[in-house]
Amino acid sequence: MRRMLTLRFDGRSVQVPEGAHLVALLDGDLTCHRSVRGEPRGPLCGMGVCQECRLNVNGRLVLACRTLAQEGMEVRRG
Amino acid sequence: MADRILVIGGGPGGMAAALAAARAGARVELVDALPTLGGQIWRGLRAETAQGREGRLLRDLTASGAEFRLSTQILSFTEPGRAVAQGPEGMLSLRYDRLVIATGARERFLPFPGWTLPGVCGAGGLQGMAKSGMPVAGQRVLVAGTGPLLLAVAAHLRGAGAQVLGIAEQASLPVLAGFGIGLTAYPRKLLQGLGYASVLTRVPLWTSTWVEEAEGDDLLRRVALRRRGRRVALEVDLLALGLGLVPNLEVALALGCARQGGSVQVGAFQETSVQGVFACGESTGVGGVEKALAEGHVAGLAAAGDLQGAAIHARQLLRQRAFARQLEASFALRRELSSLAGPGTVVCRCEDVRLEELRGYRDGRDARLHTRCGMGPCQGRICGPATETLFGWEPNQPRQPLFPAPFRAFLTTDPGSRPDPQTSE
Repeated sequence: MRRMLTLRFDGRSVQVPEGAHLVALLDGDLTCHRSVRGEPRGPLCGMGVCQECRLNVNGRLVLACRTLAQEGMEVRRG
Repeated sequence: MADRILVIGGGPGGMAAALAAARAGARVELVDALPTLGGQIWRGLRAETAQGREGRLLRDLTASGAEFRLSTQILSFTEPGRAVAQGPEGMLSLRYDRLVIATGARERFLPFPGWTLPGVCGAGGLQGMAKSGMPVAGQRVLVAGTGPLLLAVAAHLRGAGAQVLGIAEQASLPVLAGFGIGLTAYPRKLLQGLGYASVLTRVPLWTSTWVEEAEGDDLLRRVALRRRGRRVALEVDLLALGLGLVPNLEVALALGCARQGGSVQVGAFQETSVQGVFACGESTGVGGVEKALAEGHVAGLAAAGDLQGAAIHARQLLRQRAFARQLEASFALRRELSSLAGPGTVVCRCEDVRLEELRGYRDGRDARLHTRCGMGPCQGRICGPATETLFGWEPNQPRQPLFPAPFRAFLTTDPGSRPDPQTSE
């Protein structure tokens, strides 16, 4: 049984299982950032190629599809 | 001192190569950008839960003495025998005597109206993200595209609690049937096919059917299918789109390896045109797990200098490559799929360049200079295969750094001492 981690996503407290990547935060709404012309974008390729799943974590941009969730992460959509 | 072998990519091919090389006495370093081994098809391999063939391979590899550097992205090759990478602790200088490329493949995407809506994903990509914890239970999913991967994805998503509305296969029924008969020559794959059939009872499989449009305001809400000439609308939450795989060639091309069509050219022992550089798995031609394991084994032995062992195992490679060719021929994409985009459809997602802005350019470089198509964060990896299909443009090779890296990654001086190696868990 994996322990649950507590993160904050856009200001809300969320729990995800240890070992999950940040895509675990995308429940229902896959929007991660806005495109050059302001359109909503989310993960397309799921494997670190398209760069569309980028989220702001503790002030830095990371890819949600390949970044492990960690206790206390402050995650924001771009 | 034993030779240092750097294996780039921790999927089935890379794992097999690393194990073979380690057992042959080489010092092996296996690098992957993901936090776990397994690549895409065995995503998220964990020692506590891994079973079957992949579990055995993981345990053998962990016991072999090979070092793992996970969450580590190869960025550039600045001199022979040295790769620069970004690891979780900072920049790394990875020195090697020989190199095995096992960088796998990514999915092909062809633009169509609405494909940029959040909720539209690659089929393998959605399966991978579900394995990485993305919630899919209770979500309505349409699986569409072409090839056996669609069955695997539909089965996995169903097992994860998703409501799989159907599988839309763009190939026709006679083509599918022909492939089914051909499969009897490859028993393991036939078993796989039968296994999926039982999991997918009551999930409709529509042939000669493809997605024409995705719709929704800010999120995916509906798709429009073209089914036997008629347009059919479906309410969905997620679209898993699998239009085939494109080998990841960036590392091979950065090293100067010769290509053979869209793959890395290799000889009988998986050697590339560059001395000391080997390649295996999807990068030498899309052919699935079996091919990757077989080629990885040979590449690892050959890289470690065990040519006798490599020769013995190289014999079974011909069968794997034959299957790969049959797969590609059977599931060729219909012409209609390259005519779905309208003038206002985004083609380059990174820079928001629309189809109408790309008309009239001689080639990809011309278009890139005028519109920025291909100059964004994906470095042309998504739009390259698309514009190749749409306009016949040769995809550009990403310049180094091969992947986006933060500026601070280039501010350190040559790292003399390496941090402790990361191990998989």
